[in-house]
Amino acid sequence: MSTPAASGRVRAGTRAVRLASASWRLHPRAVAVTITGLVLLALLMALNMRIGDIQLSLADVLAAITGEGPTHFVVMELRLPRALTGALVGAALGLSGAITQAIARNPLASPDVLGVTTGASVTVVAVLVANGAMYGGASGALAGLGVPATALLGGLAGALIVYAFAWRRGLDGYRLVLVGIGVTAVFTNVKYWLLTVGDVEDAGKAMTWISGSLNGRGWEHVTPVALALAVLVPATLFGTRSLGALRFGDDTVTGLGVRMNLARALMLLAAVLLAAVATAAAGPIAFVALAAPQIALRLAGTSHPPLLVSAVAGAVLANAADLVARTLFAPVELPVGVVTAVLGAPYLVYLLIRVRREARS
Amino acid sequence: MSTTAYAPPGRLPGGVPAIRRRRVLVLLTLVAALAVAALLSLTLGTKPVPLGDTWHALTGPTGTENDLIIRSLRVPRTALGVLAGIALGVAGALMQGHTRNPLADPGLLGVTQGAAFFMVIGIVAFGVTDLYAYIWFGLAGALVASVGVFALGMAGGRGGPTPVTLALAGTAVSAFLYALTSAVVLLDQQAMDVFRFWQVGAIAGRGTAIVWQVLPFVAAGLLLALINAPGLNALSLGEDVARALGRHITLTRVVGVAAVTLLTGAAVAACGAIAFVGLIVPHLVRPLSGPDQRWLLPYAGLLGAALLLFADVIGRLVAPPGELEVGVVLALIGAPFFVALVRRRKPVRL
Repeated sequence: MSTPAASGRVRAGTRAVRLASASWRLHPRAVAVTITGLVLLALLMALNMRIGDIQLSLADVLAAITGEGPTHFVVMELRLPRALTGALVGAALGLSGAITQAIARNPLASPDVLGVTTGASVTVVAVLVANGAMYGGASGALAGLGVPATALLGGLAGALIVYAFAWRRGLDGYRLVLVGIGVTAVFTNVKYWLLTVGDVEDAGKAMTWISGSLNGRGWEHVTPVALALAVLVPATLFGTRSLGALRFGDDTVTGLGVRMNLARALMLLAAVLLAAVATAAAGPIAFVALAAPQIALRLAGTSHPPLLVSAVAGAVLANAADLVARTLFAPVELPVGVVTAVLGAPYLVYLLIRVRREARS
Repeated sequence: MSTTAYAPPGRLPGGVPAIRRRRVLVLLTLVAALAVAALLSLTLGTKPVPLGDTWHALTGPTGTENDLIIRSLRVPRTALGVLAGIALGVAGALMQGHTRNPLADPGLLGVTQGAAFFMVIGIVAFGVTDLYAYIWFGLAGALVASVGVFALGMAGGRGGPTPVTLALAGTAVSAFLYALTSAVVLLDQQAMDVFRFWQVGAIAGRGTAIVWQVLPFVAAGLLLALINAPGLNALSLGEDVARALGRHITLTRVVGVAAVTLLTGAAVAACGAIAFVGLIVPHLVRPLSGPDQRWLLPYAGLLGAALLLFADVIGRLVAPPGELEVGVVLALIGAPFFVALVRRRKPVRL
């Protein structure tokens, strides 16, 4: 993270945008990065939509979207929802990560340590395993229907537990992260135990889900994430001012006139909701929430993770990773979460070395 | 080491001999606690065995049902618990000492997942089925992960990453390794079936053979740890002071990494992911031992073994007729401790 002094500097070319009584600073570079990102995203989505049982050319994909060609159904009902789910889930994770890192004041924080993803994993594994034991072979459809809702509830419950234990006359970013790590460890061990309870088929299904996969995602997965983003993106943008202030120490924040605990709690709630909705749709996709805000930060040249750019970066990351996951070992498709995890590793090492160097200097 | 809880030794009533007497007393108490835990582990379970029968089975078995239960199930289970507990307790204390990080723990920092990943690679890519071969893969994974963690955690002494950053790095590394592991396991159902029962962390049903296979590794690790203790004491004063005291810094670090690798790798290969022992135990014994690693390490080992056995006994009793694996029980016990640790107003400084 940057030093507080750096963020006090107002960049040349920064403009203020006003809407009624609210105002934002507008960075031209951030705008340029966002537009480039969106173009890249559209390209990646189109490339993703070419892949499937019938291989299409880019022109076919475009024709199918606009016209009534024979491939219209395939593209509109099967491939577009998958690509859209990837984009929206990625965006939600990127945004959630940006908020989490701002609150924890640590570039290594992500919604994973808020208990959302592991909470969702535990409940989904519990449902898949319990269904398998109760209904035998017919568990697939039954379990499939309930999974997104269970994941959402589990994710929110996990976050609530972390929040409750981290609260002590206020909420400290460091304490939140550490408590999150502890609670996450418990969830993980319980998850391991649940995986041993069911039979190997159900355990396999559960393992696929907890790796994070976009396979077979349809419009029913797109809608909830889209709705959540439609509500939460404007809400978080209104909270940007307090989020900027939250990067400073608690005393400074109070001095700046921000109702610290309220602001932090609201922003945290937004981050948790975004991560929970994303996890419900695609399972826990690793590292997108961790990497997207930091990539956005470096590309946009801002002092803290910019929210919108982080969302776009997340969407691009998720679609790029899915493209790799589907083409690398084609025709075998890997879960997208595996690819993001593998891509995230070198980046993580870089980040750690950087953090170390900054701590030294 | 700036631990405020202790007065300088010279000012204590009775002076040095009194401290030594107290330390020996604590050591004996911990040995007694371990003995009680071992006794409970031998007698309690799905089928409780009376004390008299236990003694009979241990001294002169005649092939009764209780003799069989004790000798073929409970003795190897208890022995493995003792070995793994000692190994994890000492490894945790060593990691906390070397990284000067009160949150260091082989499980939290990714060493366990490193071992897990290498073992899965062994199962899938090299068709390993022999338990002895598992250990080598586990050790290799633990080595890679602990070297990484040490490199990140110790660089520049106090200028290194904060406990929070190191803990976050550990969770991220763990998540990464777990993703790799599950990618491999997802492609191979048979490996997954082996893996899921291994990863939960248990000392039950592992058999006598594995106890003997793990023993030399744990013994070697403990020896290295004890050799490492004086050097670690000097290092806690800072690298410059340690160098001035005639310590070879790199050698001390290398011995430390080797000890952690042997201890964690062996324990994890035999028992799976058992978290929190290495984290909790050093904190519990530090008030008793003071900062002196020569006492801290044995205390941590003994208490680690006692804790692991107690947790295992609890797991046998809470969910009859089934059992809860010790890894789950320890996580449920350990997490409140961890949360209490990080909620403290003044964090522990090492």
